[in-house]
Formats: sequence, C-alpha cells, structure tokens
Amino acid sequence: MANEILKELMLGFPIFFLSATGILLVIIDALTGKNKVINYIFAIIILSLTIGSSGWILLNQYYNEANSLASYPITKGMLAYNGYAYIFDVIFGVAALLTIIAAREYNERAEFEYKEFYSLVVLATVGMMMIAHSADLLLMFIGIEFMSITFYVLAGYFRKKITSVEAALKYFLLGAFASGFLLYGIALIYGSTGTLTFQTISQKILAQDYNNLYLILGITLVFIGLSFKIAAFPFHQWAPDVYHGAPTVISGFLSTAGKAAAIFAFILIGKNIMFVAIRTLDSNHIITLQNILAVLSAATMLVGNITAIAQNNVKRMLAYSSVAHAGYMLMGIVANTPDGWAGASFYATVYVFMQIGSFAIVANLEGKEGEYLDFSHYSGLYKTRPFVSAMMVVFLLSLAGIPPFAGFFGKYYIFKSAINAGYLWLTIVGIVSSLISVYFYLRLLIYIYFREASEQTLHTGEPRAAGFTLLISAALTVLLGVFPSYLIELLLYLR
Amino acid sequence: MTELFLTLLIPLIGTIALLFINKEQVKLIKYAAFGFSIIAFIVSLTLLLQYTPNNPNLQLTYEKVWIPSLDIGFRVGIDGMSLLLVLLTTFISPIAIYSSFDAIKKREKSYYSLLLLLQFGMTGVFISLDLFLFYIFWELILIPMYFIIGIWGGKDRIYATVKFFLFTMFGSLPMLVGIIWLGQFVGTHLAHIPNGFTTNYEIIRQYSHFIPLEFQKWLFWAFALSFLIKVPVFPLHTWLPDAHTEAPTAGSVILAGVLLKMGTYGLIRFNLELFPQASFMYASIISWLAVFGIVYGALVAMVQSDVKRLVAYSSVSHLGFVVLGIFSITVEGIQGAIIQMVNHGLSTGMLFLCVGVLYERRHTREIEEFGGIARIMPAFTVFFAIAMLASVGLPGLNGFVGEFLTLLGAFKSPFLGSIWFSVISATGVIFAAVYLLWMFRRVMFGTITNPSNHGLKDINKREWATFLPIVLFIVWIGIYPSTFLQLSENSTKKLVNRLEKIKFGKERYELPVVPEITKPNNSNIENNQ
Repeated sequence: MANEILKELMLGFPIFFLSATGILLVIIDALTGKNKVINYIFAIIILSLTIGSSGWILLNQYYNEANSLASYPITKGMLAYNGYAYIFDVIFGVAALLTIIAAREYNERAEFEYKEFYSLVVLATVGMMMIAHSADLLLMFIGIEFMSITFYVLAGYFRKKITSVEAALKYFLLGAFASGFLLYGIALIYGSTGTLTFQTISQKILAQDYNNLYLILGITLVFIGLSFKIAAFPFHQWAPDVYHGAPTVISGFLSTAGKAAAIFAFILIGKNIMFVAIRTLDSNHIITLQNILAVLSAATMLVGNITAIAQNNVKRMLAYSSVAHAGYMLMGIVANTPDGWAGASFYATVYVFMQIGSFAIVANLEGKEGEYLDFSHYSGLYKTRPFVSAMMVVFLLSLAGIPPFAGFFGKYYIFKSAINAGYLWLTIVGIVSSLISVYFYLRLLIYIYFREASEQTLHTGEPRAAGFTLLISAALTVLLGVFPSYLIELLLYLR
Repeated sequence: MTELFLTLLIPLIGTIALLFINKEQVKLIKYAAFGFSIIAFIVSLTLLLQYTPNNPNLQLTYEKVWIPSLDIGFRVGIDGMSLLLVLLTTFISPIAIYSSFDAIKKREKSYYSLLLLLQFGMTGVFISLDLFLFYIFWELILIPMYFIIGIWGGKDRIYATVKFFLFTMFGSLPMLVGIIWLGQFVGTHLAHIPNGFTTNYEIIRQYSHFIPLEFQKWLFWAFALSFLIKVPVFPLHTWLPDAHTEAPTAGSVILAGVLLKMGTYGLIRFNLELFPQASFMYASIISWLAVFGIVYGALVAMVQSDVKRLVAYSSVSHLGFVVLGIFSITVEGIQGAIIQMVNHGLSTGMLFLCVGVLYERRHTREIEEFGGIARIMPAFTVFFAIAMLASVGLPGLNGFVGEFLTLLGAFKSPFLGSIWFSVISATGVIFAAVYLLWMFRRVMFGTITNPSNHGLKDINKREWATFLPIVLFIVWIGIYPSTFLQLSENSTKKLVNRLEKIKFGKERYELPVVPEITKPNNSNIENNQ
C-alpha cells in the first residue's frame, strides 16, 4: 500500500506539485508586500520544475507503471497517468512559462504590474493539467472551469482599461453559458451509461449497455460546450473581441494553451466515446456527428480566415486567424482516428509556439496605452527592429503553413489524417482557407519589410527577457518543422 | 554521393555563414557569396564524373528515413535530366550573384544570403526523390524569391511579389493534397507499406500504372496545375510578366533561368512518370495550351514597349515549346524539351543580363528611350546580339537545337496525332524572329535620338566576365549538342519505352504488324521496368 502511494505520488508529481506551489504562490503574494520579483522568479522556478518532472516521466517512460497500480490510493482513479497527459503537461507548462517571461516587461510598460498575475497564470496551468490528466468526465469539467475562471480574470486584468473589462465580461457571460451546455451534456452521458469514468463508459458502450439517444445528445452538447472554448464556428463570436481586448500576452496564452486544453478535451471524448461507439452496431449517429463536426471545422477555417483579411489591426488579425486555426485542429477530431488525434495534438503544440511568439512580438511593440497595433505602424519595422522582424517572419510563415516551418508539417499531418478518414472535401476546404490565410500573413510582412518607415513608427525598446520567449518559440517552430518525427512518433506511440 | 550532398548543402552553409558577417563589410559579403556559389559549381562538375550516362536509372541515390511513421525520407538522386538542371542551377547562380555586385546597393547581406538560400532550394527540387521532400523544397523557394522581388524590385514590386506568391501557392496546395492522397493510395492499396503511407518516389512510380484512371485524372491535374503555373502555360501565365519586370536583374535571371524549369521538370518527373494513362489522355489538351501559349506569348511580346516585359513574354512563348515537347511523349520531343530548358535558361538569362546592363546605365527599359546604342557600346552589342539570336533560334546557336527537336517530336508523335501542333508552333519561331529583331533594331541601331544616351559606357570587366561563360555554352550547345543530349538520352528512352508499353502493351503483342514507334534499344531497360 505504502509502495503504491509512493508510486502514485511520483506519477502525479507534476500536477500535485504545481497545485501546491500555485497555492503557495498566492500566499507569497500576500506576504511579500510590494516586491514583485519574488513572485516572478518563483513562478518561473515552479513551472520549470513541473515541465522538468513531466519531461522526466515522459523520457523514462514511468507512465507505464500506472498500469501496475491496482488501486489509486490517492486519487481513487480520478487522475489518469498516461503518456499523452504528460506531453500536454509539458505543452501547457512551456506555454505558461513563455507567457510569464514575456509578460513582465509588457506589464511594466503598461504600468500595471500586479503580483497576482503570475499566480493566476500558474493556476490556469493547473486547470489545464487537470484536463490533461482527467480520467473522469467530472474532473475534465472541473479542469475546464478552473482554467476558464482564471482566464476570465486574466482577460480583465487591465482593470482600468475599458476594452479589457469588456473582454472579461463578454468572455465570462458566454463562457458560463458554454459551461452550462458542457455540464448538461455530461449529465446526459451519465444518464445514458450510468458512469462518469472514461474507462467504464468505453466498456459500457462496447457491451452495448447504454441509451443511444441520450449518449448522442450528450456528446453533441459536450461538443457545443467545447466548441465555445476553442472558438469554433458558430460559437466563435466572442473570440476576436476577447483576444483583442485582453492584455496582449494573455491573448497569446488564451488562444494557444486554452485552445490546446480544449482540444485535448475533444480528444478525450473522441478517444473514449466516439472511437469506441463507432465500432458498435449503431454507428450511423456517430458518423452524422463526425460530418456535422466536419462542416463546423470547414466553416471555422473559412470564416476565421476570410474575416482576418479585412482586419487592419494586427492583434485583431491574429485573433481572427486563431479562430481559423481552431478549425484545423478540429479536422483531427473529425477524422476520429489515432492519426487524427496525433495530428491535432501536434498542431496544438506547434500553434502554442508560433502564436505565443507572434503575440509576444505584438506585445513588445505595443505602446503604453495599447496603441501602435495597426498594420501601418509596422511599416519599415525591419530597419529599426531587425531582430523582432526576423522572428516575425518565422512565426507568420509558420502560421501560414509554409515549409520548412512546423506549421506546415502540422497541417500536412492533419490533412493526411483527414484524407485517411475519407474527408477529402474537408482537406480541400482546409487548403483553400490556408491559401486565403497566406494573403493576410504576407500582408503584414509587406508592411514590415517592403514599406518604408512612416512617421508613426514605434518607439518601444528592444525586447529584454521577452527576447528569450521569442528565441525559444522561433527555435522550436523551426526544429519541429525540420525534425517533426520526434514529437509525432511519440504521439503515435503513446496513442 | 558526397558530391551530391555538397552541391545541395554548400549554398545553405553559405547562407548561414553570411549571417555571421557584419553587415558593414559589404565587400566581404559579396565575395563570400560568390565564393560559395563558385565552390558549389565546381563540386557539381564532379557529379559528371560519377554519373554514368549509359545507365538509365536514377543514380547516386541516397536514402535516410526522416519520419518513419509516414515513410517520409531524405531521398535524393539524379538522372540525366536532373543532372543537367542541377548544373544549370549551379552555373547560373554565381553569374546572378556576380552580376548584382554593382546593381544592389542596399541591404546586401540579406540579399546575398537569400540568393544562396534560393540556390539551395532549387538544387533540392531537382534532386529530391521523395514527394514530401520535393514539396518542401518547392515551397522553400517562394520565401527568398518573395523577398528578393519585394525588397529589391522595381516600382510595383509589392503587387508583383504578392501575385507571384499567391499564384504559386494556389498551384502547389492542390499538389499537396495530391501527394497525400497518392501516398495514401499507393501505400495502402498497392505497395502495402506497413503504415499504409509512403512518399517514396521510386515505389510510387513502380506502382503508378496500377492506379485506376478515375483517380489518375484528378491526381494528374492536382500536380499539373502547380507545374503549369510555374512554367507558365497560358492562361496561367499572368504572374510572370509582372514578376519579371519588377524583379532585380539577378532575380529575373534566376527566375527565367532556373525557377521556370522546375515546372517543366515536374511535368516530366511527376506527371509523365506517375500518371502515365492520364498523361496520354490529356496530352493533347496541354499541348494545345502550349501551342496557344507559343503564339500568344509571341504576339504579346511584339507589342511591348518595355524590353524586360518583352523578354518575359518571350519566355511564355519559348516554354510553350518545352511543354509541347514533353507531351509529345517521344524521345525526340522530351530530349528536345530537356535541352530547351537548358537553352532557355542560358539565352533568356543572358537577355535579362543585357537588359540589366542597359537599365543600370539609363534607369529605364522603355524601347523608345534607346536607339543607336550599337555605336557607343560595340562590345555590348555583340553579346546582346548573340543572346538575341540564340533566343530566336538561329542554327549554330543553342536555341535552334531545342526548338527543332521539340517540333520534330510533336510532328512524329503518335499520341498527339496531328501535324498542326508543329505547324502552328513553328510560326512561333518566326514571330520570335520578328519581335526580337525588331526590338534589337529599335534599341541598338539607327542614330542616337536621345541625348542622354550619348555618354553611355561600354560594358566593364565584370560584365564581360558574366557574359563570356554563357556565350561559351550557347555556342557549344549550338554546334555540338550531343555532349548534353547524351547525358539524358538513356533515361528519356527508358521513360518513353515504359509509357509506350503501358499504352500499347496489349495491342503490340496481339497484332502481328503494328507500326514500330521506337525500338527498345537495350534489353536491360526492359528488365528494369
């Protein structure tokens, strides 16, 4: 017994540790007075340790030992310790770390540096890790809520700015609504199968011991709730406003890690319910559901990219394009195969780096009052800010899906899995929409490189610590593009 | 093997090396870039020693698995056609770099590293034997070219470069779907690869004629669209005149010299080899487009007032011959197409260099502005005349050989089945003489009407050095083309034999007397199928 407790402590170390230290960070907030550096450093240290421990478990394949646990003495089977969960732990941790590193000088410039910022980001990460580790629908829901509530606060973090407050309110109202759908869906799944644990749900479905109508209704409602969270059409309306209004570094965090977490929830439902249910006799409903999702995914890509064309504000352009990227990730869910989930996870990972990178650049160039966000402010940027401009090339080309950057391989794999699953038309829509996206990403590059500097050029300084965020993100964007096999093989191997 | 790697990697190493040079040291940057491209050229010459022309198969192949679960690999290798095009690339690149020493006066460091990156991409396109790898190199080229046109281009450079980028992307994305679909189909249903997916070119080719025609049709167009845009074939050519006119001289030289050949290369390497039945089906449609492009390009070139735009439209016309030769699916036609690719790279590249010489001195390219240049720039006149005559197709210079062979191929081709392809295209040769000679007369001869032309200096040593090597090859190919033709002869024969076997396989063995198309000259070739 003691042995098993130790084992589970070891397996759950990343999430236990971050939860505990996250709460500790809140206490430190209260104790340290005006000194903000301590929180900053502490947050970085605990996040690094979490990433390190998850990576350690992943590399040494300790997650295999979870199978030998007869009982889960600590969590009673609420947490799952599989390899996928640890990969996502690392992704969320890295996203939070990059955000925190980039955030400090941004908050300083905005003269709005409060300590709770760091603890909120860390707590949001805990919520995401709960999703990654959930073995139970209820824990998944709690994780999503935990994450969302911290996001509501973070979106309104600039509480003296009207746009920020508006973003938070909008996000909160619509998000609460979406959570209602999610919970109702979970209740229906429970009603259908009589259990909340993923494993038991799968078993019941295989044994045909469930109510088909309630199950389908339940999955549909869960999908509606999750579509809100990843901002898929037609539930995407909040996203551009929130990403535009929220503090820029936070927009980067919301639109990447938040999306990755919700996509992981999609994968959980797909893996444990849809993929199993499609094998039972009555699979027509699931195929219909897949087709509906495919239509949503197609519409998400097209709407996001077409609206992004019309934007003249860089932050808003990135916000709309982030809607479109949710559509690409959904394609992997539509495919409903291990290939598709691996593709969606790969894309989510890559997206974290390229989107956080580009938002960090926008944050770096943004003025104190949130000015300098228009395309025209970026004209001739290469001359005054060569480093930032070069980084922007990497991120934008990767977002546009041009090889050899990682965004290309992400799209390639997702397209491959969609074609494999028979969704050729969806792939063609994806291709058309990425052609559209090339236009507006290039448009920003035109301003940066081909236009001469205007009088309105920016006056903010070179990035300091944020440069680290940029370098790491750019390096990973290139490396994952040139050597995608390490991550993709891992994702496929773990299933 | 190593040489092939080095040819590919030296430009990339050069790109990275240039990034570490201080941007103030302009001279060092220039000579370093030039040095790297010259080394790449010398290394690529050693490929000739390793290559055996008698062997029709892909040679110097190398394979290293890159993404095991998708059977994507770093697979490279060359045959005669790719060897010629790799040599063309490594030959044109130093000339392009050397020619921009005076013309480029801002941001030299980025410029030269982008040119080297471009060379890396082009070499990669010609040697990759994996569809995924090919696609990566194919797209990689867009990035440097986009910046080269956009930063150092002319007045409407932004419009031109965006148009270039979007056209190419529009073409290549269907190809991406095609590659995935093909990899999926061949991997799962034909080759039975463990994971059901492969992008190995040689495996796909091996099974390609088993792909049902209904799928081949779609795949053929998915690939052909991107290649036809790149060539460009009428009506997909509209990006070309803009891109050419706005690009800096070196950009135009590379664009005309090498980049357009990627399209025609792809048509042979992928469309003919991978979709044989569909190729026969659509050969005449594409040939009609090519023929139309030949005449149309020539007619439009005739009315241009801008020299560079005129040369750009002449490219549309000349590349029509290449496409016509390819889709005649005869040994002569394809051999002519291959040699014409090289020819066009040399002669049009040189024409662009000549236009660049004029532009650097007068900062205009309007034909009206010139006249009587021959009197003040005699040496330049000689080179300009050689380039122009080569482009016209004067016997004894290189253009003649290629055009003759492609027309012969189209004439003999049993698949096109009409002599009108050759007859109408032949008018393109006449029109070429008309617009080029007329342009030459207006620019070079007559009296000097424009006073600002009086003080022009004749070409300097650097310009001599860029022109002379090209002239050498123009004359060499014109007089003794076998040196070059024999490199690709066997691989072309193998391709055509295979296609004929697929097309006529049955009838040939059932009917006693069938007109012989071409004799399979080597029993080994049969066995290799």
